[in-house]
Amino acid sequence: MKYVNEFRQKELAHKIAENIKAEVQPDRDYHIMEFCGGHTHAIFRYGVQDLMPKNVHYVHGPGCPVCVLPIPRIDNAIELCERHNVILCTYGDMMRVPASQKKSLIKAKAAGADVRMVYSTQNALELARQNPERDVVFFAIGFETTTPPTAIALQQARKERLMNFSVFCNHVLTPSAIGHILDSEDPQADAQVALDGFLGPSHVSSVIGTKPYEPAVEKYKKPVVIAGFEPLDVMQASLMLIRQINEGRCEVENEYHRVVTRDGNLKAQQLVAEVFELRDTFEWRGLGWMEKSALQIRAPFAQWDAEKRFELSKSTGRDVKGCACPDILRGMKKPTDCKLFGTICTPEDPQGACMVSSEGSCAAYWSYGRFRMDNKGSENAA
Amino acid sequence: MNEVTKRFQAKLNIKSGRIDMTHGSGGRAMNDLIEQLFQKHFENDYLNQKNDQAILPALGANERIVMATDSHVVSPLFFPGGDIGALSVHGTVNDVAMSGAKPLYLSAGFILEEGFALADLEKIVISMAKAAREAGVAIVTGDTKVVEKGKGDGVFISTTGIGVVSIDLDISGANAKPGDAVLINGTIGDHGVAIMSHRENLAFETEIISDSASLNGVIADMVKAVPEINVLRDPTRGGLASTLNEIAQQSGVGIKLMEDDIPVRSDVHAACEFLGLDPLYVANEGKVIVICPQDKAETLLEIMRNHPLGQHAAQIGTVHEDPNHFVTMETAFGGARVVDWLNGEQLPRIC
Repeated sequence: MKYVNEFRQKELAHKIAENIKAEVQPDRDYHIMEFCGGHTHAIFRYGVQDLMPKNVHYVHGPGCPVCVLPIPRIDNAIELCERHNVILCTYGDMMRVPASQKKSLIKAKAAGADVRMVYSTQNALELARQNPERDVVFFAIGFETTTPPTAIALQQARKERLMNFSVFCNHVLTPSAIGHILDSEDPQADAQVALDGFLGPSHVSSVIGTKPYEPAVEKYKKPVVIAGFEPLDVMQASLMLIRQINEGRCEVENEYHRVVTRDGNLKAQQLVAEVFELRDTFEWRGLGWMEKSALQIRAPFAQWDAEKRFELSKSTGRDVKGCACPDILRGMKKPTDCKLFGTICTPEDPQGACMVSSEGSCAAYWSYGRFRMDNKGSENAA
Repeated sequence: MNEVTKRFQAKLNIKSGRIDMTHGSGGRAMNDLIEQLFQKHFENDYLNQKNDQAILPALGANERIVMATDSHVVSPLFFPGGDIGALSVHGTVNDVAMSGAKPLYLSAGFILEEGFALADLEKIVISMAKAAREAGVAIVTGDTKVVEKGKGDGVFISTTGIGVVSIDLDISGANAKPGDAVLINGTIGDHGVAIMSHRENLAFETEIISDSASLNGVIADMVKAVPEINVLRDPTRGGLASTLNEIAQQSGVGIKLMEDDIPVRSDVHAACEFLGLDPLYVANEGKVIVICPQDKAETLLEIMRNHPLGQHAAQIGTVHEDPNHFVTMETAFGGARVVDWLNGEQLPRIC
C-alpha cells in the first residue's frame, strides 16, 4: 500500500535500530515520552521496543483525547441524551468510556437514549437536517487535529440557521499538557521518572505546526521531535531524540516533514480562532485542572453551544479509588505498577482513563504486551 | 398447489406489496406467503410434506448427526457480494461443515418487520434458495413471524443445519496440538469491510466484495485427503484474532502467527488503515482456519489452492505449548505482540 508499507519495512527498521545501538551511550538510560496514544499504539502493535536497546525506555504520555476526558463531562453527555432527550452524536471510541455510577454512552443507548455513532461532524449536521423536530448535539472531543472540523460544522450551522444543532465542546490543547507534565516533575519524588525528551504528536502538528512547542523546549530544556505514527517514524524520531540528548541539545525537530511545517496549517488555525477561544481552566482526566488547556465556543456561536443551550448539572463523578492513572499519564508509573491493572481493570471493564481507549497505555500494555509479564504481573525483558 | 386452492387464493403482490401483521397471524395471508414465496423457491420433497416438521431419511450405520444453528441480523441487508439470505445459508452450512460433516438439511426461521417490501423479501428468498442449491442442502422446514414496525430491522433469519459425519473423524476446536500448522484458505477481512463500506454514514468507494460462501465443498476435499485434520473453524465475527483465541483456550495451547504470511487484500488493508481498524478483527464469511500436523500442511494447502475458494491459501502460524494460551504474532516489522480477543465491538479511532 503506497505511503503506508514504506514506513513499515523490516530492513529499514533494522538499519535504524543499528544506528540507534551505535549511538546510545551504554552507561545511561534514555526516557522518551511519547505524548500521543497513536505512538503508544504503534510501539505496541508493531513491537518497536523489541528493536530498541534495553536502556531506551518509552514512557507513555497522556495524549489520547478519549482517555483524558474527565468523568463529569461524560456524565454531562449522558445527561444531554437522557434528561434533555437530544440525539447525541459521538465518535465511536467514546461510546464505552466509563462515566460515574458505572454508566457509559453505550449503556445509556441500551437503556433507550438516542446516541448515534458518527464518523465526522458532517454526519452530525446531516442528522440535524433530517430531524428538524429533535435537538442534535455533537459531542466534540479531541486535540488540535479534530478541532477544525468542529469549527467548520459550527460555521455551517450558523450559515444554514440550523437551530436544532449544537456542539458540546471538549477540545483540548497539546502544548499545555506537555507544559503541565513538566511543571509537575518533582525531582525529590521516588516515583519520579526524569523525562529526557518527547516524541511530539504528528497529526496535531499538521494543524498547529512545530512552533507552539518552542517555548516549552526553551523553558524546560527537554527536546521534542515531531514524529509520524508509522513505526519507522517512531524509530527515526527516537534516533533524532537520542542524538539531541547525547549532544546536550534541546530543540524542536521535525521528523514528519512529509506533512508538518513550522507554521502548520494557517487556514485551519484561522478557522479555529474564529470559532473558539481559550477556557480559563479545564479538567483533564488523570491530570486534574489545567489553566488555558482547552477551548470553548465564542459568543457569536452561543446559540450552537450545547453548554449554553442546555442546563447541565455539576457532576461530582470521580475516578475509581486506587487507580494509578494520574501517575501513569505523567510517566511516573508504568501500567504494571497499578494494583488495579489486569485485576479489576481490563479493556472489557476499564476502571481508569488509561485502560479506556485502545490507545491508552494500560490498554496497549494489556492487549499487546502482556506476554512479557510474569505471573506476578511484573514485566519481563522482551 | 392444486387447481382448486389456486383459484381461491389471493395472489401475493410481490412487486409493490409489503409485509403486514396478517402475514404472521397463522391465517390465510401467512399461508399465501409461505406457499407463494418460501415453498415456491425452496421447493423440495421434505418441505412439500407441508407439516410442522420434516421427516428425514435414516442415517448410515457409520455416521453421526451434526447440528448447528445461527441467527442473522445484518445491516445493510444487501451488500457487495451477498445479502442476508445467502449469508444465512452459508453461515450455518459452514458451522456444520467445520466438524468435517456433510451438511444435508436446513430449517429457516424468518422474523419479518411490518412494512417490509415483498419484492426485497423475494430477492432474499431467491438468494437463499440459490445458496442452498449450490451447497447441496435442502431447506426442509421453517417458521414465519411478523413484528410491528419499529420492532425489527426489516428481516432477521435464523437457520439450523443438520449434517452427517463419519464416526472415524474427530475434528474439534479442542484438538490443536503443539507442533501443528495453522492454515487459512485466503484473504481476511473482506466481508467486514464490504459491509462497512455500505453502512449508513460511511460511504467510500471500493470494489471489495464479501467472501460469503459455503465451504463444505473444499472441506470435503480436505477431509477426504487428510482425515488427520485436528481443527476446522470459520473466523466470522471477531475475525481471525478472536477465533484463534477461542481455539487456543479450548485446546490449552499457544499459537504464534507470522504477520507477513497472513493474506490481506491491499484494498482491505487500506480501508482498515483509513478507519483505524485491524483486519485481524474484521469479520469473514467464507474463510476456514485449518490446524493440522505440520507434515500434512503442504497437501492441504495444495487442495485449497486448487479450489476456487482457496486460491490464496497460506500457512499463517504454528501451535506451541503455552500455559497462558496466548495468541502472539511476529510483526512484519520484526517485533512481537499479543493478538488479543476482540474487546466489545471494534470501533473506529478518533484520530
